[in-house]
Amino acid sequence: MKQAAVGQKDSMNITERIFQFNWSYLFFITVVAVVGYFALYSAAGGDSDPWASRHAIRYGIGLVGLIIVAMIDLKVWQALAYPLYALGLLLLIIVEIKGQIGMGAQRWINLGFMNLQPSEVMKIVVILALARYFSRVTVEEVRNPKTLLVPLALIGMPTLLVLIQPDLGTALMIIMAGAAIFFLSGLPYIWFAGAAGGALAMIPIAWQFFLHDYQKNRVMTFLNPENDPLGTGYHITQSKIALGSGGLTGKGFLEGTQSRLNFLPEKQTDFIFTLFAEEWGFIGGCVLMGLFIVLMIYGYLIAFRSNNSFGRLLALGLTTNFLLYVFINISMVMGLIPVVGVPLPMISNGGSAMLSVLFGFGLIMCVYIHRDYKLLRR
Amino acid sequence: MSNDTDRFKVFSRRAMVLGAAKLAVFGGLAARLGYLQIAEQKRFQTLSDKNRIGHRLLAASRGQITDRFGVPLAVNNQNFRAFLIPEQVEDYDLLFKNLRQFVVLTDFEIEEIKIDIKRQSRFTPVLVKEGLNWEQTAQIEFHLPELPGVFVEEGEVRNYPISDSTAHIVGYVGRVNENEMTDDPIMSMPGFRIGKTGIEKEYDLALRGHAGSIRTEVNAVGREIRELEREDSKDGARVMLTIDAELQNYCQTVLAKEKSASAVVMDAYTGEVYALCSSPGFDPNLFTYGISTEQWEELLNHPALPLNNKAIAGSYPPGSTFKMITALAGLKDGIIDANTTHYCSGVHTVGRDKFHCHKLSGHGNTNLIGALQQSCDVYFYKISEQLGIEKIADMARRFGLGEKLGIDIPGERSGLVPDHDWKRGRYGSKWQLGETIVASIGQGYLLATPLQLATMTARLVNGGKTISPYLAKSIDGKPARQQKMVDIGIPKNHLDLVIRGMNAVTMSKKGTAWDARIKESGFEMGGKSGTSQVKRITRAQRAAGVKNEDLPWKDRHHALFVAHAPINDPRYVCAVVVEHGVGGSSVAAPLAHDIMLEVQRRDLAGITKKDEDTKI
Repeated sequence: MKQAAVGQKDSMNITERIFQFNWSYLFFITVVAVVGYFALYSAAGGDSDPWASRHAIRYGIGLVGLIIVAMIDLKVWQALAYPLYALGLLLLIIVEIKGQIGMGAQRWINLGFMNLQPSEVMKIVVILALARYFSRVTVEEVRNPKTLLVPLALIGMPTLLVLIQPDLGTALMIIMAGAAIFFLSGLPYIWFAGAAGGALAMIPIAWQFFLHDYQKNRVMTFLNPENDPLGTGYHITQSKIALGSGGLTGKGFLEGTQSRLNFLPEKQTDFIFTLFAEEWGFIGGCVLMGLFIVLMIYGYLIAFRSNNSFGRLLALGLTTNFLLYVFINISMVMGLIPVVGVPLPMISNGGSAMLSVLFGFGLIMCVYIHRDYKLLRR
Repeated sequence: MSNDTDRFKVFSRRAMVLGAAKLAVFGGLAARLGYLQIAEQKRFQTLSDKNRIGHRLLAASRGQITDRFGVPLAVNNQNFRAFLIPEQVEDYDLLFKNLRQFVVLTDFEIEEIKIDIKRQSRFTPVLVKEGLNWEQTAQIEFHLPELPGVFVEEGEVRNYPISDSTAHIVGYVGRVNENEMTDDPIMSMPGFRIGKTGIEKEYDLALRGHAGSIRTEVNAVGREIRELEREDSKDGARVMLTIDAELQNYCQTVLAKEKSASAVVMDAYTGEVYALCSSPGFDPNLFTYGISTEQWEELLNHPALPLNNKAIAGSYPPGSTFKMITALAGLKDGIIDANTTHYCSGVHTVGRDKFHCHKLSGHGNTNLIGALQQSCDVYFYKISEQLGIEKIADMARRFGLGEKLGIDIPGERSGLVPDHDWKRGRYGSKWQLGETIVASIGQGYLLATPLQLATMTARLVNGGKTISPYLAKSIDGKPARQQKMVDIGIPKNHLDLVIRGMNAVTMSKKGTAWDARIKESGFEMGGKSGTSQVKRITRAQRAAGVKNEDLPWKDRHHALFVAHAPINDPRYVCAVVVEHGVGGSSVAAPLAHDIMLEVQRRDLAGITKKDEDTKI
């Protein structure tokens, strides 16, 4: 509060911004990426090729992007929130129309140097747009249902588009991240209860009309994995065996038999946490989750330190988004929820998710740098 | 401004709630991780090991079977086997078409191969054909480029070099059937064969050895990645038999003069069986890759039953070879001694029944030696009438009749020594005196195997000791059996008297087997002939003087002869049975002559050598 009194300003030059950069936050982000490097090194059987080296390069590129994003004035991001959202939506539609087929779902656009997943971009820009919207809404206005029409549409459109792809994991993440911002903006608890009730009521309808067979299979397998140990249940059964056999201290780096012998499916992407915890055990798994908690705490501290509503909502919205990846992915590999195909951020192999997450960290850093901005309400 | 403060308050409160919820989720995840990795660690560790560790068995060579001098009777030959690896085959029809240029593959075999392919993982070799000869192997090896996925590997297959003559002793091996399945891992080896008969069956456990195993780390599709540990296989034990292969061959040739015959030659003091023959034999190598239906039918339907080991499983009325037993029972009971004579008129009448002697004119007054020498039936009728069946049966059992002798190959029969209890149990009726009278000359219910007759003779000449015959001399160099010699309680003078009677059979002109005597000095044998009725001689036949040779083969008498040699200090004994051979002294005795001469010439017991030793 002392600082809030001291500096309340609306512009900063480049040098001031560099001095405000939060290096320790960046350090912990890098530590997680390094963990990812070694996990991918192990996934390739003790080889930086093909995944770990590309992971490092992607992180390098993403780091530059993060710094650039952080250096851009927060007001610019506030101004670009809706245009970026529109661009994201457009990319999703393009993917829908002429995207390439991959894994049975149309999910990416080939940019030449990488495959871009618009749904990953969308996760960030939705939060950007919602933060922008709610930063100008008073506590009283939040209680007015009319105020919620726009943000509901902001969430609803991309959700429908990724559901068509179909990408259930991303759709759930958009909805949950959006709900978090609703929650932080002061939407009455009772409404959440109502929404949750409505969602439960929707399940049978969604099951009947919207879910694809493979998605239904995943849910059925989740409910009873032993039913089909060599089919759809195979992944989750083998993942649990890998985790369980890791024990307290793990089998040791590069000694994870389940992953090295290919019993573990998709070990470099969705099941990377399994590989990590098989080799490093319960202790390693907890240390990695601890690192995620550290990043979460940074997000919270930055949000509380921010003097503007946009920054606060953006920082917590993006932190929540990051944690959603973590929660969904880890729950999935431990057999707590059905397999939905969400990577472990900064660890899993895959370009779009990493760049998207680093983009998010760049924005949080930007919020930190511009924490003393007092953005006008209107 | 106050508005902003409100918003910050709401935001802060909500942020704390959300943050707490997130930490709670982390807590839940950590708890789940702890449950999986700590509480359930053991279970998952086991599952993980089960996943990653594969077992592969290493074959053990089946032990050799040799004769007493190390001549191989059962060996392992190279067996070239063609396999295919499914994942390397593109077009099965083309492959089988190409393969058929070099080996015979029936449609049925191809169907079987296709079933195996479906059953196994795609990189596990499937057996296509085994027992390839050199030419086929070379052809396939040469054409491998046209046969993608095919390779030839060398395995082992059982072979019996002396085939026919040792078939009944050594036996043969075959595929494991369900009843023979145990948890010995060696049974799951491809191409494993188990002993089905003979020594191969009796000593199967020792012969088969122990399969080794390699524990390998395998990946998710079962491919081996690296070897973790290895336990080498242990080859089967070498079983050395008491048999002398050359004597065995010789005996088999001698017996082959007759349509169906068997013989046992053994050491009277050790129980070692030197030869055990059943003629005709069969070729056990026929069973190696599965016998054809025609060959099997031929063996099964052959009138002389070549698959039967008649030396241990053939049960015959012992006929006059049983008279030594009746005589010893009489001597023991004291109703006769060396000088007791009985009068033979050619017939003995009991009540209204007439019991004929084989010599219709009768033998006149004769003592025990004379009765054995000329095989007078009436002499034994008369003493058995006084003795009763129980005393005769008791004596018979002392000599190993009516019970299995425990020779170490399967299929031995126990023969039959009848008595009151047996008759009551079997027929529910009382024993008749007439039945005792026919039993005294080894007819009626009495049955004995050639092995029992040889053993009986051995116990007669070895001073009345219970030796039992056996075939396995040593297993991997260790003696397979300890002979227990228990006295059967017959005074030596009784035995000597009977042996003198047996010697008179061959050594005196009046003896029934004088023509079959061994003339070579020092090799002379004693013995006793027997001719046992298969069918009762009817009154009409006796009146018409029908010759037994004129009856159908199946109805003719069995010809038997038991012998011991050398005559001064008998060491070797033998029993010869010629099925439906008509005359014991005319048919069986000459065969015994050849066999007993040969076994002495081969000096298997080392008598000659021992004599020389003692001289020095």
